[in-house]
Formats: sequence, structure tokens, C-alpha cells
Amino acid sequence: MKIGIIKMSATALLSVCFAVTLTAQIGKPFIHDPSTIMECEGKYYTFGTGGGGLISEDGWTWNSGAVRPGGGAAPDAIKIGDRYLVAYGATGGGLGGGHNGRILTMWNKTLDPQSPDFKYTEAILVAQSDGIEDNDAIDPGLLLDPNDGRLWCSYGTYFGFIRLIELDPQTGKRVEGNKAIDIAIDCEATDLEYRDGWYYLLGTHGTCCDGANSTYNIVVGRSRNVTGPYLDNMGRDMLTGGGKMVLAAGGRLMGPGHFGRVILEEGVEKMSCHYEADLDQSGRSVLGIHPLLWKDGWPVAGDNFREGTYEIESVRRGYALELVVDFVRMAGGMRGFGRNQNEPVKPIPSQELADVIHTWPTGNIGVRIGDYMTRPHQKWTITAAPDSSGYLGGPYYKIVIAGTNRALAATAGAEVITVPEFTGAPEQLWRIDQLTDGTYRIMPGLVPGSDEKLVLVSVGDSTPSLGKFDMNSDNSKWNFRDH
Amino acid sequence: MNLKRNTLLLATGFLLLAGPALRAQPDRPFTQREDPTKRDTLRSIAQYFTPATKSKMTPDDNGFIRRWLLLEPISKPNRSNTVFTDSYLRKAFDTLWFQNQFTILPKDGEKVKVGDTELTWHALDSRNYNVKLFRFAYGLNKPTYGVLFWAVTVVSSPEEIKNVRMAVGSNSGSMWWLNGNEAVLLSGDRRMVMDDCVSTRLTLNKGKNIIRGAVINGPGMSDFCVRFLDENGEPVKNLAITCK
Repeated sequence: MKIGIIKMSATALLSVCFAVTLTAQIGKPFIHDPSTIMECEGKYYTFGTGGGGLISEDGWTWNSGAVRPGGGAAPDAIKIGDRYLVAYGATGGGLGGGHNGRILTMWNKTLDPQSPDFKYTEAILVAQSDGIEDNDAIDPGLLLDPNDGRLWCSYGTYFGFIRLIELDPQTGKRVEGNKAIDIAIDCEATDLEYRDGWYYLLGTHGTCCDGANSTYNIVVGRSRNVTGPYLDNMGRDMLTGGGKMVLAAGGRLMGPGHFGRVILEEGVEKMSCHYEADLDQSGRSVLGIHPLLWKDGWPVAGDNFREGTYEIESVRRGYALELVVDFVRMAGGMRGFGRNQNEPVKPIPSQELADVIHTWPTGNIGVRIGDYMTRPHQKWTITAAPDSSGYLGGPYYKIVIAGTNRALAATAGAEVITVPEFTGAPEQLWRIDQLTDGTYRIMPGLVPGSDEKLVLVSVGDSTPSLGKFDMNSDNSKWNFRDH
Repeated sequence: MNLKRNTLLLATGFLLLAGPALRAQPDRPFTQREDPTKRDTLRSIAQYFTPATKSKMTPDDNGFIRRWLLLEPISKPNRSNTVFTDSYLRKAFDTLWFQNQFTILPKDGEKVKVGDTELTWHALDSRNYNVKLFRFAYGLNKPTYGVLFWAVTVVSSPEEIKNVRMAVGSNSGSMWWLNGNEAVLLSGDRRMVMDDCVSTRLTLNKGKNIIRGAVINGPGMSDFCVRFLDENGEPVKNLAITCK
């Protein structure tokens, strides 16, 4: 969090940071500088500036209640073994004018404040800045290197360098004798990630803490070594200000910052951030969760699913999910060769639902996958389910044939059909995750009679079913095409 | 454009083009191109099939079933395949074309009567993964377009296998049954693509399992391919194919 550029009194800033009623991603998802989202005993947690944080039962509805002592700013969290390590800046990055920051770490066995095991260890100082040097020790980001188990912490803000130190993953203390390394300038809220032989340094550029006028944006550089150099896509070192865009403002959400990565399973990743201002919620700072995509080795924020009417395209062959109903021919047969090309042209009306629905059965109708012909039996309207249930980063959706209440549903026996009326039953609710390659996974809320976690799959070019998710198979992937 | 549609369009286009051409050049009489197949006196199915033997046969390396009893084509004229909706196919395949149509396990050379026409069952091993019905009909000097084929085979499994799927590709529409129960329907003007339409999860019984199929086509080269996939999507190959 950048202070000193924005001329804002500490009181005013604190009012932004602390006066929010911390609630949810839907409802009141108010937070600033959220830590990487942690899952603990079936619930999700993120901590923010000023102490405390958000809890979610399902990852979609967030409420206040997470507990983090120590105040200060911009924490991060990581699970190591069966414990959670929380790092935070004890100061405010210039709040009150100074840059003599301190980074502390502490452990907890659980993040659930109601648990009898909930107890933070005494905070340990791992880095500090003297207020004069080119660094302000705030905004820590943690990485446990999956290659060698070494624990790293980046920290800093616009006041000088972003620095890298090594911590002891057993104690959370600074490794003895470790010297900080400068790895970037001109960013804050950094985070370190590792993927496929690359170390990534994510940072936030732009102006913090100015509500709807904040220009915060998240950028990235990468390196083969954790110690850098971190170069962007143009080869610019982040020590010279480089950075490739990961997420900027969009829609009515302004100023994303403070990246965090959640790997749910292979191919399913999320990124967390805060938006400096949600224009639909008084311009307050809110928790943001996006799909995290990887394109050509670079992280990119995906788009949260937008309600609408779509072709649901199977990636396997490119055919479209459709009802098993008779194909109804429409006007517009081939005109024939050798005709006078000067004859006037006129539009042919599209086939509409009313043209065909009387030919459809009224009970359950199966689904298959076929050539997309923009016909009513191939158009699906997807809207958030009315019960506000959800999962990490999104609501459950109902998927119905456009213009009807005929809903896609999972069946006992792990197949898929449509039922004539959406009732809100869990087998009619669908989770939609954008995958790391930009395609989508579609998963029923429940498969009747089964505890298995199954997704919509293409078992043949023309046949859908439910099966286990496999990121390495196009059978598990779908696209939503808005024609 | 697929081949069948091509055929229709070519015929239509030829007439459309030929008309003005005739008017523009009245001195050049329109002549129908000779059909070279009429001069083909060496028709045979040998390039595509061999007679089924008593030797053990299993699915091929990819699991395709190549031993079938094929009935000579039933005439079912259709100038276009665009009529092959689900309803049309169900009606067409539900029609009783010959006695014991849904239960017969014929012998090689056995004959059935369809209307006034006597048709023969042929027990054959396909040289290809796909059973080329067009070549079967052509080689036997039978109608090739506007036809309905019936196919039967028996696969024996050394054990019960649950959660298998029958995976079919056919040109054009087709319907398939396993042990008397409908397994999969392929509707529309369809090209033959392996694993195009796949059944719901089925059980292959220990011992004999009867597979029955009907393939319909208007203009075009009829064929089909069938295999079973296990619950991991891998081909089921531990089967004996006997045709009886």
C-alpha cells in the first residue's frame, strides 16, 4: 500500500481501511490488501490491512470474522505442513509519514477463531527499514519453493526497492546471515509464485487509496532464479520498472492490487486481489477473485463468468451442447447456381423458439452435442442461481434453454439431461470455472446418489456425460460463445 | 459440404447449369455422362471383406469390432439425408422389415424376405476398422443409395464388465442395440467419425452379448465403426467375436 503520494491524512486513510464493515464478495466484501486466500477446515480466509479479515463458507459469500492480531498493513499467508504462517507489515508504509517499516511473522495451527487450537505464536521480526534507506518494509509476500522447500519473502513499496529475504520454513524466522536482495522498484504489494521452471514476481503499480480514481494495476516479471533478475515480456528488468499487465480496472471495478494465487487443482487456479473501488458498492474497496490463466508462460487474470445466452461449445470437436429434439428446417434453402445476381436481397428471419418448441417433448429431454446452427435448442441462458450459493470466486448457475425454464441437470447414473422446470435442486446448479488455458469446466452442484466430484464431459464427439475432470483432456473443457 | 450433400447439390447444380447451357447452345445436345459403374463387371467385396471363419477373432488394436453378419441392403429410397431426424429414424428402425428383426441371430447365407425381395445375410470380416457398407452393397450388385442395412454380431466377454460405453460412428444415421436394449442413436446427415456417438454406461455380460445395428443412408458411402470403451475411455479388447 503506497503512502506519501496520495495526500491523505492518516485519519482519512484509516477511515477507508478500517471503517468498512468486512463482509463478503457478494453482500459486503470489503477489504483492502487481502492476503492470499487460505482454505482451512472447509472455510476460506483472507486477512487485510488493519487486522482482521474475511471468512467464507463457500468462497463466494464473504463475511467479516477472520482474526489477525498486530494491526498494520497488507499481510500474506501460507500453509506450511499443518500450520499457517502469516506475515504482515507492522507499519503502514508511510502512514503518519515514516518509512521505518517492520515485517513480522507468526504461526497458527488453524485460522478458525472458534477452534480451540486457534492461537497465534508471538510475532517475530524478520525485516525492517530504517526510514532513510531506499526501502520501506511493508507488504510481505511469501513463497515456499516447491523445488527445494526454501521459504522466501518479498517486501517493500514505492519508497525504494522491493527486497527479497529468506526465512526458515520451520520457524518463520529470517535465515541467519541472510542478506536482502533488491529485485524490483516502483511497485508494492508484491507476491512471489513458481510455475514450470519460472519464478514470478507480481507487483502492483499505479496509485493506491484514491477510491474510484486509483490507478492500481497488477503487473508481473519472471526469472529462472528466485533471486532474479525478474524481466517482463519486453525483457525489461523490474529493477528498471518493468512489468507485464496481469489485471487492470474493468467494468465498474477500479484499481486492482495485491495479487494472491490459489491453486485448486491442476488447471484450476484463482487469483485474489482487492479493487480500490467497486462503483456499485459506494466505491468501497472490495475483495476480487478471478480465474487465473496462464498464456505463453505468463499469468493473466481471466474474466469472471458473465450471465448471458450462449452456445456451449465442446472443446473436443467444437460441436455445441443441444437438446435431443428433431432438427427443424428453416427457410433459406439453397438458391441454386446460375441465378441472376441482381435480384434484390432480403433478410431471412432466424428460427425462433416459438417456431420449434411445439415439436419438443414436454418431459425430460436428453442432451447431445451437435453442429452449431444457432437454433433454439442450442441456445442456453446462464444466470446465477437464485439461492446465492457458490464456490470460490463465483455463484452457482442455472443453465436453461433460452426463453424457457428447461434446465440442464445431472442424473443418478452420472449422465446429463434437461428437466422441464428449474427447481433449484442441487443437481440443477452448475459451477463454472475458467481454466488456466482459458477454456471452462462445468460441474454440477451434486450428482444424485454419488459423492464423486464429476464434471460435464464429452465422451464422444456428439455425446455428453459426467466424468472425472482431466485438465489434459479436451473432453473436460467447454467454451461459452456469444454469437 | 459432405459427400452426400455434394451428390445432391451436384445433381441439382448440373440441372440448373445444364438448362441455360442448352438454351444458349441449342446445337450442342445435352448428353448424360455415362455411369462407369455400369461397365464394372468385376464387382467384388473381396477388397473390403473376407468370409468370417471359425478362427478366433478379437477386436483390433483399437478395439473396433470387425466381424459382422450383414444383411444385403433393404431399399429405402431417400434423395437426401436431411430427413434423418430422431423421429424419422426411430420410425424407420421400428418398422418391421423382416421377421424376427430384433431377435434374429442369422447364419451365413440365411435369407429373409423383405416385401417381395429376398435378401441374404453374409458373415464377414472387415479388412478395415470401419465396415464399408457401400462396398458391401456395390460388390454384391445391390442398391447402394437409398438403403437400410442391418448388422448383427456376438461378442463374448470372459467377465462381466460394468460402465462400458458403445462408441459408434456411422454414415449416415444408425441405431444400435446391446442385448436387445437400445444403446445409441445417431441421427442427422451424419459422417462416419470414430467415437462420434457414445452410449450411456452399459454392462457387458460375462459370456455372449448380441450387438445389433441398423444403418440408413440416402446418397453417399455408407459405413460404420463400433467399439466399446471402458470407464477410463480405453478400448475394450478382451472380447471374442463369433457371429453366433
